[in-house]
Formats: sequence, structure tokens, C-alpha cells
Amino acid sequence: MSHSPTTIPEHHPALVHQFDSMEQQREASTFGMWVFLLTEIMMFGGLFAAYLIYRIKYYDAFVAGSTSIDVTWGFVNTLVLIGSSLTMALAVSAAQRGARRGAQLFIVLTMILGTVFLGIKGIEYHQKYVEHHIPGGIFGRFDAVSNYPGQEPNIAEEVAKEKERVEKLSPEAAEQASKQIAKQTEIFFCFYFAMTGLHALHMIIGLILMTWLLVQVQRLNIGPEYYTPVELSGLYWHFVDIVWIYLFPLLYLINRTHAK
Amino acid sequence: MSTAAQTVKPVMPARHYLNDNYGIRSWLLTKDHKRIAVLYLFSITFFFFIGGIFASLIRLHLLTPNGELFQADTYNKMFTMHGVNMIFFFLIPSVPAVLGNFIIPIMVGAKDLAFPKINLMSWYIFMVGAFFSLYAMVSGGVDTGWTFYTPLSSGFVHTNVIVMAVGILFAGFSSIFTGLNFIVTVHRMRAPGLTWGRLPLMVWANYAASLIMILGTPVLAITLILLALERGFHIGIFDPKLGGDPVLFQHMFWFYSHPAVYIMILPGMGVISEIVTCFSRKRVFGYAFVAFSSIAIAVFGFVVWAHHMFVAGISVYSAMVFSLLSYAVAIPSAVKVFNWTATMYKGSVKLDTPMLYALGFIGLFTIGGLTGLFLAALGLDVHIHDTYFVIAHFHYVMVGGMVMAYLGGLHFWWPKMTGKLYPEPVAKLAALITFIGFNLTFFPQFILGYMGMPRRYAMYSPEFQVLNVLSSAGASILAVGFILPALYFTWSLKYGEVAGDNPYKATGLEWQTTSPPPTHNFDVTPVVTEDPYHYGAEEEVTVVP
Amino acid sequence: MQSLPLFPEQASTVAGQVDALYLFLVLITTFFSLLIAILIIYFAIKYRRTPERTAEQIHGSTLLEIVWTVIPLGISMVIFLWGAALYFHIQRPPGNALEVYGVAKQWMWKFEFPGGQREINSLHVPTGRPVKVTLISQDVIHSFFVPAFRVKSDVLPNRYMTSWFEATTPGTYHLFCSQYCGTKHSGMIGEVTVMKPEDFAAWLESGKAEGSMAASGEKLFQQYGCTTCHRPDSGARGPNLEGLYGRPVRLQDNRVVIADDNYIRESVLNPNAKIVSGFQPIMPTFQGVVSEEQMLQIIAYIKSMADQTGQPLNNRSTPTQIRDTEVPNVQQQMQQDQNQKPSGKQP
Repeated sequence: MSHSPTTIPEHHPALVHQFDSMEQQREASTFGMWVFLLTEIMMFGGLFAAYLIYRIKYYDAFVAGSTSIDVTWGFVNTLVLIGSSLTMALAVSAAQRGARRGAQLFIVLTMILGTVFLGIKGIEYHQKYVEHHIPGGIFGRFDAVSNYPGQEPNIAEEVAKEKERVEKLSPEAAEQASKQIAKQTEIFFCFYFAMTGLHALHMIIGLILMTWLLVQVQRLNIGPEYYTPVELSGLYWHFVDIVWIYLFPLLYLINRTHAK
Repeated sequence: MSTAAQTVKPVMPARHYLNDNYGIRSWLLTKDHKRIAVLYLFSITFFFFIGGIFASLIRLHLLTPNGELFQADTYNKMFTMHGVNMIFFFLIPSVPAVLGNFIIPIMVGAKDLAFPKINLMSWYIFMVGAFFSLYAMVSGGVDTGWTFYTPLSSGFVHTNVIVMAVGILFAGFSSIFTGLNFIVTVHRMRAPGLTWGRLPLMVWANYAASLIMILGTPVLAITLILLALERGFHIGIFDPKLGGDPVLFQHMFWFYSHPAVYIMILPGMGVISEIVTCFSRKRVFGYAFVAFSSIAIAVFGFVVWAHHMFVAGISVYSAMVFSLLSYAVAIPSAVKVFNWTATMYKGSVKLDTPMLYALGFIGLFTIGGLTGLFLAALGLDVHIHDTYFVIAHFHYVMVGGMVMAYLGGLHFWWPKMTGKLYPEPVAKLAALITFIGFNLTFFPQFILGYMGMPRRYAMYSPEFQVLNVLSSAGASILAVGFILPALYFTWSLKYGEVAGDNPYKATGLEWQTTSPPPTHNFDVTPVVTEDPYHYGAEEEVTVVP
Repeated sequence: MQSLPLFPEQASTVAGQVDALYLFLVLITTFFSLLIAILIIYFAIKYRRTPERTAEQIHGSTLLEIVWTVIPLGISMVIFLWGAALYFHIQRPPGNALEVYGVAKQWMWKFEFPGGQREINSLHVPTGRPVKVTLISQDVIHSFFVPAFRVKSDVLPNRYMTSWFEATTPGTYHLFCSQYCGTKHSGMIGEVTVMKPEDFAAWLESGKAEGSMAASGEKLFQQYGCTTCHRPDSGARGPNLEGLYGRPVRLQDNRVVIADDNYIRESVLNPNAKIVSGFQPIMPTFQGVVSEEQMLQIIAYIKSMADQTGQPLNNRSTPTQIRDTEVPNVQQQMQQDQNQKPSGKQP
């Protein structure tokens, strides 16, 4: 084994000591972000698997749960997030070209859209709170059969209509059926809040990341030789977007009954 | 061998990573992988002794069949705390975070890991997890067993399950970041000439373990989160009274926890490859087979989880598939054992302390691994599942295997990490004491298990007492074997002989730099032109031992 | 063998087979462990470091690698097949087994025989006849373990599990709970007493005070108003349960399931999960009303109605229960359904 002196590394100010070249740094950093996203896929994947198992097991209750969450808001949120991925991609592209102002503008737009997403999620969560659909009884009682004036019809009724049972149910049996489904619907909402909550947490982290990034674009002389922070933040943001692309159909869309 | 040898008495290098910078800040804000390894060394040694204290109390309590030392609740907390601490806060980080962090960048010829700040962050995350775990312990403990089966853990016990789950969650994230760092480093930062086929087997083994870390640990994370939600908010994900499925918890839990045992053992196997080659002065037998067996273990390790559930209510057909795959995962481990043994053939063997630990590993891991075959045999597992047979099996692979590998590695690289030699005669004695104490402690447990003594029993039937006493006696000897290294390693820091760059005349990039290494590892980036373990080259300068 | 206790007593038909597999594995383990140990000690001595000899740098041997991969693989396959065959046998109770019902709770075992005999932390069984224990937990997961019989089964809440054995040697043997279940897990033990058939029969006689399980179940059946809907006449709002137990039932969505213990339990606790074809989903749930022991008694009662085959089941125009003549066709269809879809069993 022989030793040979290294070539003098290009002393880009952003080159850190453990890497020999900017290219190696960029490749390693990007690879590292992909590996990290892989771990995130495994985490959400575990949650999704559990959700799907229960969806098969408690089909009716989960249908009822899906029906009761607002698909319009969910759709708007999907558009918002896709839009934010567009602005993020534009930010990366601007950074790549060295257009720092442009990059910062697009990052700000991404943040605005991300905040809009969280705001809409807040509206949806508030709706659930008001309808007493938050499981566990910590934020008020859980009541799948409650009726809030002007809001979605009660869940048991929805299911009953779906199965054309409503005229054949005795009042007592209807109540019993509702209780069964209510308990299972509570599990649906547990997954709803766990999945959207974990996703929202990642969004919040994403927003913090974007704030940091705004500063970095200025400080670090982002340009064609070095735009890795923007690229990696973009990867993270796109990932969070893709998780929502899975969440939306899984929670809102599959086997949805027609709401009134 | 040369007759006109020049002998040079080794001296400590003037500047190295330990004295480059002084002060608490230089340690707590370090980005140097070597210093981070030392930080981890302190942390996990602390938890090893905590877990060891619980083990000692358990063995004391089990001297009598009627459980007179502690109340049942206290005993239940002790075996839980023993398991949680040993697994999550000692075994999983042991070789990767201490030895791997220190050695792997040097082994691949890099100045540091790919992401030094993330490396430091992983230690802080570990410490946060450690804090939660300690808090859970002192404020009442946890008594669910380290497996946290539901609905017991989600709805019945009144202990600090959520706090402990959070602690384990953090420890898991620490392990994810360590694994991520290793993977990127091995892929992107190898020195010129260092192809995958020239990597030391320590790197292969840690790489394979890192794959498991990043893929499996997130599933544990989500399982613990769901458990905490269920416990905190009374939701019925795993609790049947609320509509949940307790067997689903077991599937999700074991999906991580089975690969976790391979996270624990693979790095140890990497250490063994390094030691056996060095102390046989011979290249490893069947390099490619040993390297790929690490990957095979990682892959197969992911598809055998339900062998923990043969009597838990899975279908017979499902059980058969998992049993078959469990035999498949045993084969690569067997291949390694045969290759290590063959490495010694026609070698030039010196039984220094690291080699003693390595040989102990090979013997005890063989026994432990073979007893895994008992458990994988469906009809037999019905009888021995959840008995002391299982306990004996996993202690053979984890303590007789992994802890001995860790100690062997610590002894092997101690001169490199500290620049000092530990006292060889005492170390050999400690290794022998550990080996004897270990077998005396755990071999009787195989018999106890087959006789039917269930695990996690605070009281047991009187006919089991003789073997329990034997086991506890062995434990007291084992404790001595573990305490001695702590003492003489500390002693060696001040009074040990200076080691010199390469006291064992080993190959490998880490031995081509000073002991201790400089902060930046290499003055010039090495270029690798030879296979690993290229023993058989003559040494021109002998170093006075 | 008491002076050298290595095995529990062999007190069931399967114990000897389990011990044989164990012994085989012990031999394999001993052989390979000794082989490796002897080799490394031998090599360490024979090839110890001396100044005169240097190590020979051997790269490897593909042939050897293949040999020591294939041979362990072969041995493993033998062990696997042996273990799997034994497991198959252990997990499937024979048809003519004596039924016992067990309820596990923190921290005791409660058993009941069809004849109404009850025991706590103790179980009497005869020799020479298979015994099937149907188990359920009232709270957390427990595990039913009788080392002398070499049988074990986890006991789950909300789901019946079965364990069967045929005892061979009269005596008293340990029953242990072997799934950690809380504070008194190690105190949740009992005694299985194996008796010769005559003695067992006598013991059964002496314990009949409360009436058989089926009789208790019949009382509950009336007490909870089940007879209001579940009647044999044509106007009944619920399916007739006579002759139901163990037979295929066609559901509303055209699935066909077997009316076993778990089916009956689910129908009582979650009636809308499986609606019988031709009936309306009007049955109320009895969750929280019926205890585990009562559930077992009701099931015993419904089982006791199984003997009335051949009687007209009901006179409804839409047949709901499968008549005897249709059974082969239905079983064929069930087989096809099973081949196409994953079974509804636990994943």
C-alpha cells in the first residue's frame, strides 16, 4: 500500500473537511438524504400497513369515517401541496442557476403554500373537534353518532343508508349497530389523526427547514457550484408531498359513499 | 523475519485527537468521529453496568424458589429494565457507535464520517433517550417486559410505559443516524484503490448492520408511537376490548425486533474477522463468502419475524413459512464460523487477549446459534417457547457472542484509541473468568428451559432450584470477568505501556497511522493497492513490545 | 431419572416425539460445537506462532464453501420437516376429543367441563383419550403450558385458541402460565391431574352439582331472550340454531363460513359482522353483557343442538342453512374461494 499526496482540493468555502471535492460532497449529501427518506418511507409504511389491515377488518366503520371527513378540503390541500412542490422545484432550479433572489422568492412561496396547507388542516381538525370525532375522550367526548346542525349527517345513518337498512332497523337495534360502528370508527379516527398528524409534523419541520434555507441561500453564496442545501431541502419537501399523495386517497377517497 | 532488526521504543505522538483541544466544549461540540466514539464509550459502559446491576439482582433473587428477596412487582420491573437497557442502550450501539465510529472512517481512508455533525447529533439523541429511560427507571420503573406485549402494556400496567417508549424511540433514532452515516461513508468516501472487494470485513459487517438499522428501526418507532397513543388516549389499536388486535402489535414489534438482533450481532462478527486474521497472521478464508454472508443475514433477517409467534395464534401455514426461512438465515452464520475456523488452519496463531475473546465468540456463538435451530423447529418450539431455553439461547448469542466480540474489539483497538497497552496477563485472566462464568451462568438455563421453567418468573417450582443456584453462582463469576476490564482499562490510561503505531503488526489502514491517531486521521490520503489482510509481508522494524 | 432431571416426565402421546426431535438436535449441536471447539483448539496449538514458520496465505476453497453450505442446509431441512410435521400434529385436535373449556384471567385458570364440573387452577383429565382445551382470556394474553405434555398455546382475549393432548401416565403435572401477564404471572400455576379412565369418570360424577354447561347455556339462552328470534318456526326473525354447530353457513355477501366457536362468539358480540343470508341485521349486541364463562356455556348449549341433523331446519322459502345434500358442493366452493382469496385468518 502506498501513499501519495492528495491533489489540492478546490477551496470552495462550503467544502467541509472530510470531503475531498465539492462533487464528492454533493454526491454524499444527496445520497444521505435519499437514505434518510428511505427510513421515512419505512416509518410511514408501517403506519399505512396497520391502517390497511384495519380498513379490511372494519370496512363499514372505515367507510363511514372516510365519508365524514371533508373531501373538498382534502382536495384543495392536495392542490396546495402539489403547488408547493412546484414552487420548490422552481426554487431548486433558480438556485442551480445562481438566481438567489429568485430562489428565495420561490422558497417563500413554498412556505406560504405550506402554511396554507397547515391552516386548512387546522380547519379540518376543528371540524372534527366540533363534531366530536376526536378519539380517546381527551378533547371532549367521542361520539360517532352525534349530529351537528348543518354538518355531515350522523355516521350510523350514513352506513345504514348505504346498506338500505334504515327502514328495516328497529330503533333499539339501530342504536346497538351504531355503538358497534362507533367504536370501530374511533379506530379510524385514531389512524386519521396519527397519519395526518405525523404528516403535519413533517410539514412543520419542513417549514422550519425552509426558514433556515432562506438564510442559507444568502449566507452561503448559493450558486451553480454549490446549491446542495436547496436541493436536499427540495428532496425532503417533495417526499412530504408524496406522503400526502398517498394519504389523501387512503383516507379520503377509497370507497367513499356519496355525501349529501 | 530479519536478523538485523532495529528496535525502536514507541513513543506517544505529540499531538493526537485526544490532546488536540482541551476543555468541555471541545468534547461536547466535537465533530471528530473518534471523540464521538469515546463519548459513546462512556455512555454505553454506564448502561452496561446499569443493566448488569439488574442482572445481578435478578440472579440473587432467583437463588430461592419462593421469591423472598423482592416483591413480584419489583422483580418484574428488574427484568424489564435489564432487557431494555441492555438491548437498546448497550448492545445496539456497542460496536457500531464505539468501535465502528472510531475505526471505520480510518479503515476506508477517510478523514471522518460523511456527516460528522449528524454523528454528534446521534450521540445527543442517544443521551436524550438515555435520560428518558433513566427517568422512567427512577420514577417507578416499567414492568411489561422489554417486549411490551399488548394489551398488558397498553391497558393494564400502571408504570411508566410511555416515558420508556419515548426513551427507546430516541435511542432508535440515534441508531438510524449512525447507520445512515456508515452507509454514505462506505459508498462515497473510500480511499483511492479501495474497492468493495478490498474492504475489511469489519466494514462489510457494519454496512450490513446499517442497512438493517435504517430499514427496521422506523417500524419500531411507529409501533411505539401507536402504543403510546393507545395508552395515552385509550384508543383500541391493539386492545381487543376497544376493537383492536393484540397480535398485530406482536407482528409490528417483531418486524423490527428480530432484525434488531442482527443489528446487534453483525458488527460483532466484523470484529471477529479482524481479530482472527490478525492473530493468525493470515488472510481470511473465503473473503467473498464472509462478506456476502453479512448481506445475506441482513436480507433474510427481515423475513423471519413471526418465529417469535409460533404459539401466538398465527396460522399453521404461516408458521411453516417462517420456520423454513429461519433455517435459511442460520446458514450464512454457519458459513462464517467455518470460514473463521479455516482461517486459523496453517496460520501463525498467537493467543493474545483479543484472540481469546474471538475464539470464545466462535465457540459460544456456535452453541447459541445451533440452539436457535431448536427454537425454529416448530414442533419443538411449542414446548420450549417462553421458557428459560429461549433465555439461554439469546444470552449465548448476545453475551457469549456479542459482548465477547465487543470486549475483543475493545482490547484489539484499545492501543489504537488510547495509545496505551492494557496489561496482557490480567486481561487474559479476565477473558478466562468471563468464559467460565458465562457458561456456568447460562448452560444450566438450557436444561431449566427444557424442564419447563417459564421465563419472567419471580417464583418457581422447587425442583428448579439446583440449576438456578448454579446459574447464579456462575453469574457472580461472570460479574468479576466484566468488572476487571473496566478496572484495568482505566488503569492503563495512566500506567499502561505506550503502544506505538502497530503493536500487533496488523494490516489495515488504521494501523498505518499513529496511536492515538491525529484528529484528521491521515496526513496524506492513502492509496490502497492490496487486498485486506495481506499478511505475509515482512516487517523491517520490530517494535519492542 | 429424578436424580438427573433433564426432561420433564413424558406424560402425553406427543411428549416422546418432541423429546426425540430434541435429542436429535442435541446430538447435532454437540457434534458441531465439539467439532468447532476441537478444531480451533487444535489449530491454536498446532499452528501456534513460532519464529520458524510463517502462515500460509490461503484464499479459500469454493468447493469447501459449497460443502459447508449444502450440508448444514440439508440437515436444516430435515429438522424443519420433522418439526413441521410434529407441529401439524400438535396444532390439530382430533375429532373425538373430550372437550374442556378454560378461561384465563389475571391470575388464575378456570376450567369447566361440558358436564358442568368446574375447577380453578386445576385440571383433571383421563388417560387414553384426546382432550381438547378451548381457551380464552378475560384480560391480557396468557399462555397455557403443560411441560409434561409438551403442549403450549397462548391464550388471547377475544379469540378462542385450542390446545389438545392425550395423556398417557396417571400423575400430577405442572400447569404454568408462560406469557408474562403482570404481577402474579409466576403465581398463575396449576396442577393437571391425569387419572385412569375409571377414576376420571368417577371424579366427573362427583362434580356435577351445578348442571352441565349445556344446561346452564340453555338457561342463559332463555334468560337473554335469544329464543325470541332464534326459533325453528318459519316466522322466526333469526336463523334456527339447531344443527348449526360445525356446519357451513352462507352469509349475505355470499361468503360461506363454518359455524365454529369463534363464529358464535362473534355473532353474539358483533352481530353485524356476519349476517346470515336471507336474514335482516337486527340482532342486538351482547358485548359487556355476557361473560366469557357464560359465552362458553351458551356455545356448549348450541353445540348440544348439533345432534339434531336430518330435521327440517325451517320452512322459509329462502334457505339459509345448508342442507345435508348440498354440503359437498358448498365445501367445493369454499375450497375455490380459499384458493382465490387470502383466508380470513390472522395475518
